[in-house]
Amino acid sequence: MSIFVELFVEVNVVTKKKQYVTIKGTKDGLTLHLDDNCSYDDLLRELEEKLTVSEKIEPDSPLVSVHLKVGNRYLTPEQEEELRTLIRRTKNFVVSSIESNVLTKEEALEWKRKTEIVSVSKIVRSGQVLHVQGDLLLIGDVNPGGTVIAGGNIFILGALRGIAHAGYYGNKEAVIAASVMKPTQLRISDVMNRAPDYKTDEGNEMECAYIDEHNQIVVDRLQLLMHLRPNLTRLERRM
Amino acid sequence: MGEAIVITSGKGGVGKTTTTANVGTALAILGKRVCLVDTDIGLRNLDVVMGLENRIIYDLVDVVEGRCTVQKALVKDKRFDNHLYLLPAAQTSDKSAVTPEQMKQLVDELKQDYDYVLIDCPAGIEQGYRNAVAGADEAIVVTTPEVSAVRDADRIIGLLENEEHMKPPRLIINRIRGHMVKNGDMLDVDEIVMHLSIDLLGIIADDENVIKASNKGEPIVLDPNSKASIAYRNIARRILGESVPLLPLEEDRKGLFSKIKKLFGVH
Ligand SMILES: Nc1ncnc2c1ncn2[C@@H]1O[C@H](COP(=O)(O)OP(=O)(O)OP(=O)(O)O)[C@@H](O)[C@H]1O
Ligand SMILES: [Mg+2]
Repeated sequence: MSIFVELFVEVNVVTKKKQYVTIKGTKDGLTLHLDDNCSYDDLLRELEEKLTVSEKIEPDSPLVSVHLKVGNRYLTPEQEEELRTLIRRTKNFVVSSIESNVLTKEEALEWKRKTEIVSVSKIVRSGQVLHVQGDLLLIGDVNPGGTVIAGGNIFILGALRGIAHAGYYGNKEAVIAASVMKPTQLRISDVMNRAPDYKTDEGNEMECAYIDEHNQIVVDRLQLLMHLRPNLTRLERRM
Repeated sequence: MGEAIVITSGKGGVGKTTTTANVGTALAILGKRVCLVDTDIGLRNLDVVMGLENRIIYDLVDVVEGRCTVQKALVKDKRFDNHLYLLPAAQTSDKSAVTPEQMKQLVDELKQDYDYVLIDCPAGIEQGYRNAVAGADEAIVVTTPEVSAVRDADRIIGLLENEEHMKPPRLIINRIRGHMVKNGDMLDVDEIVMHLSIDLLGIIADDENVIKASNKGEPIVLDPNSKASIAYRNIARRILGESVPLLPLEEDRKGLFSKIKKLFGVH
């Protein structure tokens, strides 16, 4: 009997208060938690209500940044835009970020492509281009005239004698490592480094290339990477 | 059912035609029935190197365009009764006179009658190359110990590896000069093989007798005493599946000999 009463009270409270939107203040601004069970229209209505009710805008009070947490709700780009304009219009709030637990399959696959290590066993010969979205682990050589490109890092178990381009989409943290480092050209993000004109025979084994603090590509011992790029250790980095 | 082997290189003038003539002749000497096909339409050479130029009546384009049967166009090499034949290229057309499909059909037909069909490929990676590889079951890549030739060989190997109907290509390194290798002026065999990482089928020394023999229309392999001849015969035996150790080059042997002499204080 008593359980029943409690339950009844509980339900009553929810329906009465319609708490679809809760506002919390943090040190970085406001966080709006938006319920993920109600319909989008209900959410929108309540949001508008809430924001206009507590109206006391002083014309030139500073903008407050708002973080939206939408839980397990997927928002289309149009809906995101709608929320941003609504919030911006009704108060001196501006949405700094929208966080959802939901990814579309497309986004998930894209994320997977960009973060997975693709391992390929072959010789990339003159005239051939091997291009992967994430990290590349090549078991084999890149011959002169051959090119390997990766959105992430490039690791070569073999000789790099052609062109390697890591961080292809603009990642300057990306590195290139090879068992034998004798490239004709190295590129990381938008930085390029041509092979020296003189031919050196020693010291090309187990080396890595990275962008240093002067925005230059430098080649050094492989062992330095653990200090320079500690992130390489975590498999699920960039999540 | 025979086997079709294309001899190719990418770069011109490295010895495809010479290799086709000599390896083909060596296979005939070893008792195989061999048909050589010249696909270098417009720049035919194989007939000259084989000394069969005067006996050409029909050519490959005549066959493809239905003006005669293959049998009629084949030129018989009388030195090897019934073992060695040549299908000459046309001299008056160009590479576009034949399609890869037509070439495949033609080679398939020849494979019915011969143990080996050797296809001499033109230089380059365009239509002539595509025609030459269309009917081939495997490929021999010829290179010389020069950086540019090795680069082109690498390019060709990359293309050949994409041909799903073919076995992995094998390599012949031609025109090696022992003294230049020793002085570091030329790439050495190990370097080239490591770089291209395909199986090595054989090496041929640079030998002016090869040129002389070709000019006479008598492939060097017919001279049993020449080093180059033995090298070509060894290549033929390796194609037949025998395991024949690599022949050291003349200069290397001299080098070794003088080293030994030095060791014993003889000069
Ligand atoms: N081992 C050798 N030693 C000396 N000369 C050689 C050797 N092999 C080939 N040659 C010479 O090199 C020249 C080119 O050879 P060949 O015609 O066989 O090359 P190719 O690859 O068929 O050329 P193309 O690309 O024009 O068809 C010829 O004069 C030939 O006699
Ligand atoms: Mg030729």
